[in-house]
Amino acid sequence: MRVLPVGDLALLVELADGDEAQALHAELLRRRAAGLIRVREIVPAARTVLLDGLDDPGRVGAELAALEIPPLSARDEDVREIPVRYDGPDLADVAAHWGVPVTEVARIHSAAEFRVAFCGFAPGFGYLTGLPEHHEVPRRATPRTSVPAGSVALAGPYTGMYPRSSPGGWQLIGTTDAVLWDHARVPAALLTPGVRVRFVPMPSAPTHSGAPLSEAR
Amino acid sequence: MTDRAFAVVRAGALTTVQDQGRPGHAHLGVPRSGALDPAAARLANRLVGNPSDAAVLETTLNGCSVRPRCAVTVAVVGAPCPVTVDGRPVAWGAPVRVPAGALLDVGAAVSGVRCYVAFGGGVSVDPVLASRSTDLLSGLGPPPLADGAVIPLGHAAAPHARVDTVPHPAPPRELILRVTSGPRADWFTASALRTLTTRAYRVSSASNRIGLRTEGPSLERAFTDELPSEGMVLGAVQVPPDGRPVVFLADHPTTGGYPVIAVVREADLAGAAQAVPGTPVRFVPAGRR
Repeated sequence: MRVLPVGDLALLVELADGDEAQALHAELLRRRAAGLIRVREIVPAARTVLLDGLDDPGRVGAELAALEIPPLSARDEDVREIPVRYDGPDLADVAAHWGVPVTEVARIHSAAEFRVAFCGFAPGFGYLTGLPEHHEVPRRATPRTSVPAGSVALAGPYTGMYPRSSPGGWQLIGTTDAVLWDHARVPAALLTPGVRVRFVPMPSAPTHSGAPLSEAR
Repeated sequence: MTDRAFAVVRAGALTTVQDQGRPGHAHLGVPRSGALDPAAARLANRLVGNPSDAAVLETTLNGCSVRPRCAVTVAVVGAPCPVTVDGRPVAWGAPVRVPAGALLDVGAAVSGVRCYVAFGGGVSVDPVLASRSTDLLSGLGPPPLADGAVIPLGHAAAPHARVDTVPHPAPPRELILRVTSGPRADWFTASALRTLTTRAYRVSSASNRIGLRTEGPSLERAFTDELPSEGMVLGAVQVPPDGRPVVFLADHPTTGGYPVIAVVREADLAGAAQAVPGTPVRFVPAGRR
């Protein structure tokens, strides 16, 4: 763990990898809830956690350096299921990267268990880890000027879903109707850091509404 | 529709609704947003008798014109500019009573960039995550003002301040930004760090509510690796591949993948909000607190 000062009020804690960052994030949330640390923002990212709005960054930094971080436990949390139609325009490219038939992409992706490592890019956009390392894919060489809302996409080690239409360079493998962001809802974001996620395949051609999940492929 | 409202006659280059923003949601990818010159927004509110976090209008360079449907007290502060009611000059930096149906014109900034227009009772659009701020990066809050739009006002609670003059800093002729070392300062060469704090930069016309872009000498990286995304603070001096430092302002992304060489003191960012394109910028090392 390396603790880096960020201006007068913040610290960036650098960890060895994403798993350690997620474990520290979970521990910091526990400590904040228990009143052990006062901080305005706790922002996990790929392999760091930012603490912003600290009263005394020097003292907190010293405490962090001495902190025992419990490993992440997966058992005590629910898994959020997100229905996906695996009908994205980049399915063939992803299958080619993985060296599998196109029909295998949905099976491989929906077999993995994901965790929201961090959010960013847009409100409600989560960076989900959980795909095995050999299934990482590069970003598209040319980003799309407009990715439709609800797109399920891959880039590097991450899976993400676009809460609203925006430009984007990720590989689109599917579509979800899940409402990823609704500011009238509490919490507004469906996915918050630490949440576990599993994707449930839905029929890709909407022949009739309310198709049972058992027909999924 | 209630008559506690105003119609937008001239929206101007960019006029948004702003309050003190929505901090505390960065982990969801939500920028803090809020008035770029928060002291000016608070002062405008104080002049009309509002709480300091009431929503105001933030204009950019050429002001705006509105026609209140009710008599309302307004105050314009921030960048100095001519203010008129039905074509008649009225005070800048003081409470002004605008009759129902009269045209309030906030003119082009004489110096500086952003004017803050407070209305007695505050701008009363629906809050999003407890803030009425327009967030241009993520599209939260009300859209920027458009000609013909009708914007609701709240009910004034307190009498306005009776003042003749208010102290207010003038927009900077030269922008001095005090910086402390950033988390990724070691990603740059020693000469890049020297360049940042000794050479002259200028405010770029590409600046906006997301960041103050600068023109000047390029900062050389010691590592060219790609930085995995990490959390970004207000005032972060991020250096994209072109080497020109960008100072993150209120609508900045909550995570980013370019290294942060330095961090600007928050107190100096209001000056950044009021520095017109071309203003000289100096990054100077801040003393330890």
